Parts: sequence; C-alpha cells; structure tokens
Amino acid sequence: MDSSHSGDTGPSRPLYAQPVYNQPGHRVLLGTDRPLRLDSGAELGPFHVAYQTYGTLNADRSNAILICHALTGDHFVLDRHPITGKSGWWEMLVGPGKPVDTDRYFVICSNVIGGCMGSTGPKDVNPATGEPYGLAFPVITIGDMVRAQKMLIDHLGIETLFCVIGGSMGGMQVLQWAVSYPETVFAAVPIATAARHSAQNIAFHEVGRQAIMADPNWCGGNYLLEGRRPEAGLAVARMAAHITYLSETALHRKFGRNLQDRKSVTYGFDADFQVESYLRYQGASFVERFDANSYLYITRAMDYFDLAADAGGALTNAFRKDGRPTPVRFCLASFSSDWLFPTSESRAIVHALNAVAANVSFVEIGTDKGHDAFLLDEPEFHQVIHGFLEGCAEHRGLTVRRRAR
Amino acid sequence: MSPLDEQSARLTRQPPAIRDDLKLIADMVRPNSRVLDIGCGDGALLDYLTHAKQVDGRGIELSMDGVRQCVAHGLSVIQGDAETDLKDYPADAFDYVVLSQTLQAMRNPRAVLETLCRIGRHAIVSVPNFGYWRIRLQLLVTGRMPVTEKLGYQWWETPNIHFCTIRDFVVLCEEMNIRIEQSRIMDRAGRVTGRAHSGFANLLGEQGVFLLRRG
Repeated sequence: MDSSHSGDTGPSRPLYAQPVYNQPGHRVLLGTDRPLRLDSGAELGPFHVAYQTYGTLNADRSNAILICHALTGDHFVLDRHPITGKSGWWEMLVGPGKPVDTDRYFVICSNVIGGCMGSTGPKDVNPATGEPYGLAFPVITIGDMVRAQKMLIDHLGIETLFCVIGGSMGGMQVLQWAVSYPETVFAAVPIATAARHSAQNIAFHEVGRQAIMADPNWCGGNYLLEGRRPEAGLAVARMAAHITYLSETALHRKFGRNLQDRKSVTYGFDADFQVESYLRYQGASFVERFDANSYLYITRAMDYFDLAADAGGALTNAFRKDGRPTPVRFCLASFSSDWLFPTSESRAIVHALNAVAANVSFVEIGTDKGHDAFLLDEPEFHQVIHGFLEGCAEHRGLTVRRRAR
Repeated sequence: MSPLDEQSARLTRQPPAIRDDLKLIADMVRPNSRVLDIGCGDGALLDYLTHAKQVDGRGIELSMDGVRQCVAHGLSVIQGDAETDLKDYPADAFDYVVLSQTLQAMRNPRAVLETLCRIGRHAIVSVPNFGYWRIRLQLLVTGRMPVTEKLGYQWWETPNIHFCTIRDFVVLCEEMNIRIEQSRIMDRAGRVTGRAHSGFANLLGEQGVFLLRRG
C-alpha cells in the first residue's frame, strides 16, 4: 500500500504548512488523475484522506467493514487519540472479540474530507495560493464525503463492503452509502441518525457557527494566516452542541444543581454550578483538537443532508433502483432519550424501507443517556449489533472462524 | 468424520423445536418463500422457518425485549405496531404474512385482515376460539368472563379486545371475499380435530389456524 505518514517537518516552513500531527494510521493522496466533483459543482483534488485500519482483509476481500465517524469524530476508532491521549472512541463496540470483531472483520475508518485530522480540509494549504484554504475551501456535503470514501475503498482494492456502520453524522454517511452504492454495500447499520437534518438541528448548528464567526479571532476565516484562533467561539459552539448530545435526565443525574467547589452561589458569573464548569471544560478541551473552520464546513454538510429531496421528494424512491428494492440489509438503532435524532427519525427510514419491502431490522434501545448513548456502554445495543453482523455473515457466507485465544 | 461428529453435525443442522401451533403454521409455508411474521415475539417461528424451510423471513414485534432478542439472533425484525406499520408495505410484498394469536388484540381486526391479504399473497392467521365449549360453559355456569389457560387474563387487564368464534371468523372471511384455502382446528391438547366449517370445530376447537388468500 502506498499510503504514508506525511513526512515533511522542515523548520523553515510556516506554521500552518507543517503536517498537523504525527498521527498513527495511514494517509493517501486521492484524485490525482481526476479531481473529486463536489455536489456544489466545485472540484477538489488532489486531496488527502487519513484513515486507520484494524484486523486483516481476508483472501476474497469480503470481510471489510467501513466505520463512519460522527461530526467531531475521527478515524481513531481504537487508537489512543494523538492530541487528547484519550482511548479510541468506539473501543466499546470495536476490537478483538467485540461486536465488530477485528479478529474476524477488516475495519476501516477514514477522516472525512473537510475534517482537520489528516484529510484535506479548510486548514490545509490550497495549492492554488500556497495559503490555508480558509473559506476558499469548497462547501462539501455528506455525498461528497462518501464519494471520497469510495475512492479510498477503490484505492484499497475492495470491491464490496461487508458492512458500513456509523452513528449520528456517521449514520447519514451509512445511508448515503447504501443509496449511492447499493451493489457495493452488503449490510448497513445507521445508528441514531436521520434521512434529513431537521430544522431544529439546523438551528442548533447555526448557533454554533454564529458563535465561531462572532469571535474577533475568527478574522473572516483567515485566523491561521493571522496567527490567531477563535477559541472562545469554537468553545461556545461545542458547549451548545454538547447539551444536545445529552438528555435532561442524564444531566440531572450527573450534576443536578450542585455547586462547583463552593458552599453557596457567588451572585456573579463564575461557574457556580457543576454543570457550567463541566461545559466550560468540554469547550476548552474541544478547541485543543478541532479546527473552527472545519466545524463550519462539517455542520453545513449535515444541514444540507436530505436523502428524500435527492430522490425526488420521496424517501422510498431513495431505496429503489430500476424499480427493484435495495439489496442492502439494514439494521437501524435509535435511543429512547435521544432528542437530537429521536426514534421517529429512524422510524421514518424504516417505513420507507418497508415500502419497498427491503430487508430491515430496527431496535429502539431504552436508555436515559441521550444521543451520546451510541458511544457509551449500552450492552443491549452491542448485543443487537453483534447479532445482526453474525446473521449477515451467515448470509454472506463469511465462514471465518474466530482465532482461538 | 467419526460417527459422533457426524451425529452432532446432523443435529446442529436440525431446526429448533417449536410449539405445536407454530409448527402447524410452519407446515403451511412453502420452502424458500418470503414470510412476514407479525407479532413475532422472540422469533421462534422465524428462526424455525429460516432453518427448516430456508425462508427469507422478516418480523414485526411490539415489545422491545422481543425485538432485541430477535435481532441479536440474526433475524430481521423491526419494532412496530401491526395496526400502523403495515400500511407502508406494497401489495404482494410477501408470499406469506403470519398473524398468530394476535387478531383479537387489534383495535380494528377487519382492517388488519384486509392489509394482511393485500401485502401477502397468502395470510396465515390463527385465532383463539371463543366458541370453545369450556369457555361457553364457564360463562354459563359462573356468569363471569371466562379465563382459560390460553386466554389467561381477567376482563379488566386483557389485551384481547375483539374476541371471535371460529364461526365468526369464517363468516367474516366470506363477507370480505377472502378464501380459506386450508384450516386446522386444534383441541386443548394441540390435536387437530376437524374442518373449520363444521359445528363441532366451533364447539371442540380451542384455536384455529387458517391459510387465507384474496378471493
């Protein structure tokens, strides 16, 4: 494989042009022959895609599972994060002997284009100008992210994916994969997601973007050139978003109205309450690892996502090709206390799939942990994923036996 | 292969054991067909059909526990309500649509029956017989709503809101122009006792299983 860590760390280069992180995994340059044609009509290319793999591809290349990460996620599903040092974001679900068993499956996860962890995004250098793209970076969509992933899969010599799986924005990519490349995807697992981004969710995203753009350090998107960073704005964006990932019950259980390191309120605007202190911490740690412009671009990609609109207004049509129902086997999962992507959104997808008599499973997991539940210890959710994949492996004729350990 | 290995290989290929009434339903299903099991519970029938008859099986189940069990066992099942979630399916989406011991719990059994016969080329419906002699006797003797082993609820807690007798069911099918292609009437011990149209069936049968088709 010709992928490599980007290697140029010469001290004479300006700050923004240095490789961002000496991170684990692979990085490949795609679109060298032909650029990626984006939904907006613009072209991107050549461009980098950073990705990580776990497990081994079998001889007939039929055991590959693509994991799609969420809005502020990355490709470090199992690796320690190179910046935060935290363990991989889906260690609960993926790994040897886990529901997505890396002893059995070959797992791939790539950083989305527009992102800031190695795939080409707004903080990378625009070859046309020699300066960071900033707002000159083209607007991307979920469809564009998936097309870039398809180029990566092609590059890896994988013709069919055994499964595409992901939650939240990752779930949108899963749906897009199943709709764009039904012959390439054997099974699809969209988790805690929707076939379109709701008005309420667009509204939340707009709050986040406005917070970033209102930060004087944002400099019209040119903060890298100016040597500044809109940290306050990005932190506020993260704080607002973080609330939507939790549930009222979970917040109450965790913090209630407990005070932070004090016996009584201060009659001021310090973080009197634990919940305030927690949110400030979330915001502060987020700016360490994420780029503000990437946040603008990726939230926009989610806002634009609407599978039904792309299929002439009827979601059902998205799951039909040449009058035939999609051959993809679906398993949807939602979480009862998720108010960002409520169960009704998953159910709408299930109904559309039923309308073409597609093969679909659907489970709502009862939990009070809100949207974030897909990243947390939810044994019932993990059982469902395990059982679904086992069933699909049987149908796919994946006879690989787990190694004795 | 040693004889023991051979035996265990044969055993693992054997379909799982199921209840008598489910076996009766399974016997009506052609191998390699597409089946939708409504109210599939823990997936026993689907599992059996998948292994014994290689059907392409799907299920709908109201209870989350049931759905989780099914999906965790590799069955294609969605959480949903037969009265609201069936309308999306296109006509003839399945070879068989199965509704076992559930029609009496529907708010609108007639509409459900119509939907079953629309989305399935065949429908297989099993109903408890409220004309069964023990039920008749209980009402006659005690003057209270009957509670039996199969219908083990008090009147105020029962999910069964639209009881019928085997004769009622047959009449409804006639009115709706639904053909009864096969019927099996079972007594308390699960023995098949007779044909649906006989008066004896309505008296002696505890439940009936019907293979239906649009007329």
